[in-house]
Amino acid sequence: MHTFKIYLFLCSTFIFSNINAQQVKKAESGSFLLLNGTLHTVTRGTFVGDLLIKDGIIAEVGKSLSSPEAKVIDCTGKNIYPGFIDSGCRLGLVEIDAVSITNDFNELGDFIPHMKALTAVNPSAVAIPVTRVNGVTTVFTKPEGSTFPGTGALIHLFGYNPDQMSANSERVVMKFPSTGKRGRWDKRSDEDLKKDVEKAIKNINSIWDSANMYMKMDSAAKSENASLSTYNPQMQALLPIVNGKEPIFIEVNAKKDIEAAIEWISLRKYKAVFTGVSEGWRVADKLAKAGIPVITGPILSVPGRDNDRYDASYTNPTKMMKAGVKVALRTDNAENVRNLPFNAGFAAAYGMGKEEALKSITINAAEIFGVSDFIGSLDKGKIANLFVSDGDPFETKTQIEHLFIKGWKIPMESRHTLLYDEFIERSPGLK
Amino acid sequence: MLRYIIFIILIFPKVIFCQDILIKNGTLITITNGTKENTDILIINGKISKIDKNLAAPSGALVIDAKNQFVMPGIIDAHSHIALDVVNEATSPVTAEVNVGDALDPLDVSIYRALAGGVTISHAMHGSANAIGGQCETIKHRYGTTNPDDLRMQGAPRTIKFALGENPIRVHGEGNKITPNTRMGVEQVFRNAFSQALVYMKEWDDYKKGITKSSPVYNLRSETIADILRGNIIIHCHSYRADEILMLMRVLKDYGISKICFQHVNEGFKVAPELAAFGASASVFSDWWAYKFEVYYSTAYNAAILTRNGVITSINSDSEELIRHLYHEAAKTQRYGDLADDEALSLITINPAKQLGIESRVGSLEIGKDGDIAIFSQHPLSIYTIPQMTIIDGRVRFDINKDNDDMRVDINPNDTYTTFYEAQRHHESQGCMNGLEELLMEESYARYIRYKYSKKHTH
Repeated sequence: MHTFKIYLFLCSTFIFSNINAQQVKKAESGSFLLLNGTLHTVTRGTFVGDLLIKDGIIAEVGKSLSSPEAKVIDCTGKNIYPGFIDSGCRLGLVEIDAVSITNDFNELGDFIPHMKALTAVNPSAVAIPVTRVNGVTTVFTKPEGSTFPGTGALIHLFGYNPDQMSANSERVVMKFPSTGKRGRWDKRSDEDLKKDVEKAIKNINSIWDSANMYMKMDSAAKSENASLSTYNPQMQALLPIVNGKEPIFIEVNAKKDIEAAIEWISLRKYKAVFTGVSEGWRVADKLAKAGIPVITGPILSVPGRDNDRYDASYTNPTKMMKAGVKVALRTDNAENVRNLPFNAGFAAAYGMGKEEALKSITINAAEIFGVSDFIGSLDKGKIANLFVSDGDPFETKTQIEHLFIKGWKIPMESRHTLLYDEFIERSPGLK
Repeated sequence: MLRYIIFIILIFPKVIFCQDILIKNGTLITITNGTKENTDILIINGKISKIDKNLAAPSGALVIDAKNQFVMPGIIDAHSHIALDVVNEATSPVTAEVNVGDALDPLDVSIYRALAGGVTISHAMHGSANAIGGQCETIKHRYGTTNPDDLRMQGAPRTIKFALGENPIRVHGEGNKITPNTRMGVEQVFRNAFSQALVYMKEWDDYKKGITKSSPVYNLRSETIADILRGNIIIHCHSYRADEILMLMRVLKDYGISKICFQHVNEGFKVAPELAAFGASASVFSDWWAYKFEVYYSTAYNAAILTRNGVITSINSDSEELIRHLYHEAAKTQRYGDLADDEALSLITINPAKQLGIESRVGSLEIGKDGDIAIFSQHPLSIYTIPQMTIIDGRVRFDINKDNDDMRVDINPNDTYTTFYEAQRHHESQGCMNGLEELLMEESYARYIRYKYSKKHTH
């Protein structure tokens, strides 16, 4: 009887540990040889060939490759794609949206560009595995909620600390004063809106004037081998922008605001990337002429105005792309960044075409973030962020079969797959 | 005689003004009877009258060439809040007497956008602020009308919104300091309401039998709950967690109620066998999760698990955005659970029709059913498909080639400026928490609630 009890106890522990198996398995390191797959390189066309992953990078792309120490994965009839890049989201900065204590994207203050997303990214966020098993390997995760909410970070979706996850590209985010309403409940009159915007523009101008001044003081101090006596992290954060080393990411959506932002940036002479840009289609030529790259999305969103054609959001990236604007896509989401390939699919269907849509979530994004030497295509020497699928990854029917991030073979598991495994045939069932 | 003609026109304007339509050479996805290549479908007097090859067009009929296109029944959304002026009567944990059918808004451009995604019918629902919310209205997307009554799907069974978990708790317990403040309280709200209605029914029964002399006071709230007890109203219950789903099924069993569709039901996969045994159905999101605590333990495989366990399942929108591409939402069940094409499409056609009690009239391409049709450029489950035309009761309501860009019904000629709305990024403001778009999720109100909350919790 006693042994039976122990047996029961052991059984229950076993079941219990299974039920709580909410952690995905460990990633696998080593060298991998992907044989005979259709390689969608993005930069050099599509062809059937082999790809060797070694020391975390794409060591070789070609025909009849061999590598004695590599684990071989037969990819005959399969497709190999570079990992997808979401150019704007909150992944890792929020665990549960409505539980405000789990929200780390919205620090207090209206001028806090020194708040670093990379500091608050939770490498164990449950949504990270959920996202990457759909082929999204890299995301730009960003603070938001005020005019200068902080500095976003490009991260790879694998790693145990921010250093391991960092893709070495951080960008200051600024929200351009908006003439749009925040929702149906926003009852401000047109006049009040106008006043709010004028005040906000004045405010950002004075901030950037100070930043210019700060740069002069900073370089003057440096030329005398001294450092500034005051600690001003906000201004310090804006330095790379005023000295022209990095672009400012400007969130702007309504037509009038985009036009104002184009004019503003041409006067300021900073490098800029526009984000959101949901009405970019109305001013696509102006954006192209200004040479400002754009991060837009989600594509699956309602048009900004009641009188807009129903598919205005679906066709927006296409219209900008065709006018000559460099376009990357974003989901602007947190837990459902996994829908990035479907956003790209809609863009493709509504005029962009598969090839350009693929670029908008790979190489275009990499270029906008200044990391195209490292990610965004299947090219020798780049970081091994890639996946193997049984078909077109924009199609919902397609399954992603293997996933590599920084050369690590990532288990195709997430909370969602684990719950499926556990509950598709629940045991015990009804009894 | 003239009086009768006018009467008939008033009663059946849509039937009178609809046109006979012959859709030729399409790939017909019937849902209930397989897929038929290169087949015609004829709609006469707003009803499907023939499905066959090489049908002849009756004189005066509109002929649509659907060669290389896909023809399926109009998509049905079992959970939406479009076409409504208001959503929540958040003044009491029980508001069975109110009806969103009294607040229909035929001018809502979301109706057209839904049509442009092939959606012909939606279930306009009360919000989730109250344990027993208001009654809902099943509507047909007859966009273009200015008469709210034209939207109603006449003859559709009555439905009512229930809600479990965080929303009624936050609104009434945290917000108003009345029960329910916990899931325990939510259960007792139901038991109390049903018991009171039973007393009410007996009072009337006794009065009608002459046992009592004076008439009881008429009470619409109790009348409505009595109709639920009599099986005349289908319950659609906002729910997330497995425990609360089981709770409501226990309560319903105790009061002999069987008609229930659980809405959202993110943890339905955990109790799929119990749902199937009860005969409850489930209307779920394709992939929404983690926007609040009670949906943290979710899986996008929910629809597949429920389907495999024999639960009649639909995929709904609860959002003016998602309702535009429910075909894509249904398609996600192929990524998450490998559902077959017909299984996936059933989630947005015949299954939601069953949940609304209208499956004998819509939800599949069958002779005698309503002429509600959606035509797609490619297979509707492909990411590359584009809806081409949507027909309701034999009348074209969306035509990608003919419609204007601006499809507002109420264009004010003096209005040169149309408002631009910033993207609504959070689910709450979009609709899932519609329960609270509704109310709670208006930002100012949410702040107010948080403020109140912080006042009473200092640690």
